[in-house]
Amino acid sequence: MQRTTREEGWRAKEIHLRELLLDGLAGDNSAYQAFLKELSAHLRAFLRKRLARLPDEVEDLVQESLIAVHNQRHTYDAGQPLSAWVQAIARYKLIDLLRRRAGQDVLNDPLDDEADFFSTADAEAAEARRDLNKLLDELPEQHRLPIIHTKLDGLSVQEAAKITGMSESAIKVGVHRGLKALAAKIRGSA
Amino acid sequence: MKTDDLISLLATGAGAVEPHAAERRYAKAMVLGALGALLVMLSLMNIRRDLADAALLPMFWLKIGFVASVVATSLFAVLRLSRPGARLDWVQRLIAAPVLVMWAIAAYVLIQADPSERADLFYGSTSAYCPFFIALFSIPAFVSVIWAMKGLAPTRPRIAGFAAGLLAGAIAALVYCLHCTEIEAPFIGFWYVLGMFIPAAVGALLGRILLRW
Repeated sequence: MQRTTREEGWRAKEIHLRELLLDGLAGDNSAYQAFLKELSAHLRAFLRKRLARLPDEVEDLVQESLIAVHNQRHTYDAGQPLSAWVQAIARYKLIDLLRRRAGQDVLNDPLDDEADFFSTADAEAAEARRDLNKLLDELPEQHRLPIIHTKLDGLSVQEAAKITGMSESAIKVGVHRGLKALAAKIRGSA
Repeated sequence: MKTDDLISLLATGAGAVEPHAAERRYAKAMVLGALGALLVMLSLMNIRRDLADAALLPMFWLKIGFVASVVATSLFAVLRLSRPGARLDWVQRLIAAPVLVMWAIAAYVLIQADPSERADLFYGSTSAYCPFFIALFSIPAFVSVIWAMKGLAPTRPRIAGFAAGLLAGAIAALVYCLHCTEIEAPFIGFWYVLGMFIPAAVGALLGRILLRW
């Protein structure tokens, strides 16, 4: 009985989050923000459980996974379970981290697939170790300016293109590459 | 940095995402790869003059059908492998299917043939360079397909690299059919398969390096 209720819980969560993401992919930015916000709690719980010996890494990896989810969001297929998609991305980033720290015995739980990815959530965000503004400052101009204008000042791509004198596609590419570079900086490898 | 700040940074101006991104990327990559293979081939050799006559032979179409089905199955695998969490189910078996069918036909042909003809059926007259040319012509498609895949999200780089390399090899083999006059099943089942598996093996070996994201 208890089990059934739990299962209904994460199934409802899956449906709810999937709707938010699909709305986001269709252009609804506030639905998308809500999706990322709720997703971050599930990512945190998933990663914290598996990185209990590296607690300081958890929040960095949450952020790195969020950037990966964002940058690769065009690979989500509406026909597949959202939990499988998100979990595969989180695992990929986790394995990446573990490989960088090869030799250290850091994995607590085996990396099994779990149907109930959304059954755990952890809203308690620790501070990531690096400051966003400092990281942004380190980016080259063709990445930094598009991010600052479209992401922090909230300008449209056209407006940002006009201000910087860059082309619209250069702005889009700059944002994408810049976020990727930011993820690399969060993990401290670039 | 607070994670909430990052989230609002990511969501601000995120906008709509064009659907079918993977399909469009691979369509572009395959066209570019096929054109590249054609250019490389035409710089080294001619399209066979008797192409119109050859097109009347069933074995010619069996060959084209075989190579085209490797294109189709590896494309299917590549699409699956570009998507985190997509189920693989019988993808591996699907990739093996056209090769196994070709081997069955080749075995039948060899058994039926007079023993003195078997070597010719297997070696044809171009076996010395056929796999090499297929592998060479696959280079443009290898680059374009790996590029397409890297912009998506392959989470199993080794098998994803294998599938991408196989797709490139099959595209190259299809282009090579315009030149190659071999049509015997034992020849196709070995030398063509070998040619297509060279880029696939390279893809599997380099997947982890080439497909990071």
